[in-house]
Amino acid sequence: MAEKVAVDDNITYHSFDVLIVGAGGAGMRAAIEAGTDLNVGVVSKLFPTRSHTGAAQGGMAAALANVEEDNWEWHTFDTVKGGDYLVDQDAAEILAKESVQAVIDLENMGLPFNRTPDGKIDQRRFGGHTRDHGKAPVRRSCYAADRTGHMILQTLYQNCVKMGINFFNEFYVLDLVMNDGKPAGVVAYELATGDIHVFQAKSIIFATGGFGKIYKTTSNAHTLTGDGVAIAFRRGIPLEDMEFYQFHPTGLAGLGILLSEAARGEGGILRNSAGERFMERYAPTIKDLAPRDMVARAMANEVREGRGGGPNKDYVFLDLTHLEPAVIDAKLPDITEFARTYLGVEPYTEQIPVFPTAHYAMGGIPTNIKAEVLSDNDTVIPGLYAAGECACVSVHGANRLGTNSLLDINVFGKRAGQYSVEYAKTATQVPMPENAAADVIAMIDKVRKAKGKEKIAQLRKELQETMDKNAQVFRTEETLNEALEKVQELRKRYENISIQDQGKRFNTDLLEAIELGFLLDLAEVTVIACRERRESRGAHLREDYTERDDKNFMVHSMVYKQEKIEKNTGTNMRIGWKPVVVTNYQPMERKY
Amino acid sequence: MAELSVPTIESFTVTLIVRRFDPENDTEPKWEDFDVEMYGTDRVLDALHKIKWEQDGSLTFRRSCAHGVCGSDAMRINGRNRLACKTLIKDLDISKPIYVEPIKGLPVEKDLIVDMTPFYKAYLEINPFLVATDKPKKERLQSPEERARYDDTTKCILCAACTSSCPVFWTDGQYFGPAAIVNAHRFIFDSRDENAELRLDILNDKEGVWRCRTTFNCTEACPRGIEVTKAIAEVKQAILRGRA
Repeated sequence: MAEKVAVDDNITYHSFDVLIVGAGGAGMRAAIEAGTDLNVGVVSKLFPTRSHTGAAQGGMAAALANVEEDNWEWHTFDTVKGGDYLVDQDAAEILAKESVQAVIDLENMGLPFNRTPDGKIDQRRFGGHTRDHGKAPVRRSCYAADRTGHMILQTLYQNCVKMGINFFNEFYVLDLVMNDGKPAGVVAYELATGDIHVFQAKSIIFATGGFGKIYKTTSNAHTLTGDGVAIAFRRGIPLEDMEFYQFHPTGLAGLGILLSEAARGEGGILRNSAGERFMERYAPTIKDLAPRDMVARAMANEVREGRGGGPNKDYVFLDLTHLEPAVIDAKLPDITEFARTYLGVEPYTEQIPVFPTAHYAMGGIPTNIKAEVLSDNDTVIPGLYAAGECACVSVHGANRLGTNSLLDINVFGKRAGQYSVEYAKTATQVPMPENAAADVIAMIDKVRKAKGKEKIAQLRKELQETMDKNAQVFRTEETLNEALEKVQELRKRYENISIQDQGKRFNTDLLEAIELGFLLDLAEVTVIACRERRESRGAHLREDYTERDDKNFMVHSMVYKQEKIEKNTGTNMRIGWKPVVVTNYQPMERKY
Repeated sequence: MAELSVPTIESFTVTLIVRRFDPENDTEPKWEDFDVEMYGTDRVLDALHKIKWEQDGSLTFRRSCAHGVCGSDAMRINGRNRLACKTLIKDLDISKPIYVEPIKGLPVEKDLIVDMTPFYKAYLEINPFLVATDKPKKERLQSPEERARYDDTTKCILCAACTSSCPVFWTDGQYFGPAAIVNAHRFIFDSRDENAELRLDILNDKEGVWRCRTTFNCTEACPRGIEVTKAIAEVKQAILRGRA
């Protein structure tokens, strides 16, 4: 289907029924669902197969029961318990129920899953996924070696190609245009030319991924600067549960490059400098396959108590040496190559130095089970959708289980596609306001012409260092206030920047400056949410409030941008709270 | 237990000589030197970032994941196609300058960025998607052996390191090139696919597999370790004798 294009005053105007921002797993899954019916455009800052879905390794959870007994109810329970009871249980039920079809969809599209001897999709163990409510680990993760995300991304792109989906690659969406509280479209900057494009659509889906670059040590790509989440926030949409940021236990020490939990799913063991399998002390039943928040905390604790390895005793070890080299080659080829390439360690015979790495945002743009974006606890913004890591539905609560994110992008990406089509079929286009691109043009001009002294890279480095130091695995009121002060200082200094590249074509210098603006916003929201949640739950550990406090905090946080300084936060942000949806599972103590 | 540690290597100064081209000001590309202080575990991508962030913000290159899975940063490093994020500085001869230039055979847009359009076009032409007319209610069955038949070519990340290392592609931009053939192979040998004949037909073209001179540049260049030349040979065999 041809798109409508018009050019006026050097701005190109495009019109679609459904417009998707982001071409990772969630965005392309939505495109496949929407593209059969309507005119769909996908705008992405990267060529689609460069998206970070491709870095996901271990698998996608679904109770197929191909290799042992399993069912969606057990999966729901594990997701709720894994999320430390902050999961919205209606959403978790959908995630678990629709997981089987989501995997079958991908297989039917061509995804090369690993197979059982009888030709079915093979499955393996993963952290926090258990048989019968925690009795033992269960094989629930459907996988393709340790490159499941790569295969998902490739397969979805292949199917988008097959359908003739209209992509705008290396276009950076920098603004969401709202008209009288309703979404009219987005404004994008074309990397190759520096031109401005306005995309008008009846339904708009944000699938823009995460923002791991607020931290220094992270498994995230350089491009994961949270553009979509920050844009939504700037346009008055609250952000939910931003204090819950997952630190993946096994990042390559010092580098943060991800080594999949599949390594432990296949039998890998974490050891301290004494060679002790320390997870036996922290999670006696499922040990190394405890959820990520618990394992990351245990590792950080081993290091803190002096049982770390290496010259600075600042990491622990992932031991695969007892696994057959053939098993490693067949099931974990990529991650063992990472260890060889980046640390010069041979996993057949040597233990791999690992330490937690900033990995995944459980929080983000609030949505309901139709992937519709909410403007407060329950008001839907008609025509605006979000899915994947940028969204908070919330299926991950306070801590996501491994393999539930590749599932999330498929289930809620598909739902975003379906519901956005349903809406676009009857909706009328929200009129595009005059000068819709004016704010973006002004922002770009300001950065380009700035003559200040501050360097972008220096500010970003200081931001990432303060976040690592003060808002990582362990947090206190004091460290969070220190982080907040630092972020606010950096925001002031950001007003005094300059960039060197004055060109129009491929100006990545300019875009890095704009991306830093997004990171500063999101870091500030994260720190505020961390500070206001005075309890410990899931990935959020407050050393000054070490217990989970269901009486006061069995609620989602919602941070709103305000015009004026708010008394209770001391910033121009207001914090609100949203009830958790509980269906079948009352909060219990979380033991493994 | 043996004491293990991340190798701690002293910092050292390296010279990078980078091929620059600014489309808005230059008529010809030029070489430019930069000295940067690096550490042993640093990658060439880290050196480029250091230049961009501390010396010259206009230095332009693509990058994203920074650990060899997204395929953004293929470039020619000391005359060899590699991913900048998978090339450790200490593995190069640092007594000499490190030469960094864009991959060859595709039009240079700016500095290390090339126009990938011709590369993607060849990929799209081989119908890179599963064609299967059955409508199963569950997963299609595929034995581990059938799955293994095309495993190697599923690893492709479309970085273009192979295609832009191919002497045939340099002189004849119409040639499909190794990456497109690798992606055709991935479906031709997938037991679930029904469109092998069409793909083989496309690659039996004068710009198809028969242009390959088996120089193995592609295999050496592949950052994913795909046996690219072997895959091309298997496609040639399949055209002659049908897929085995």
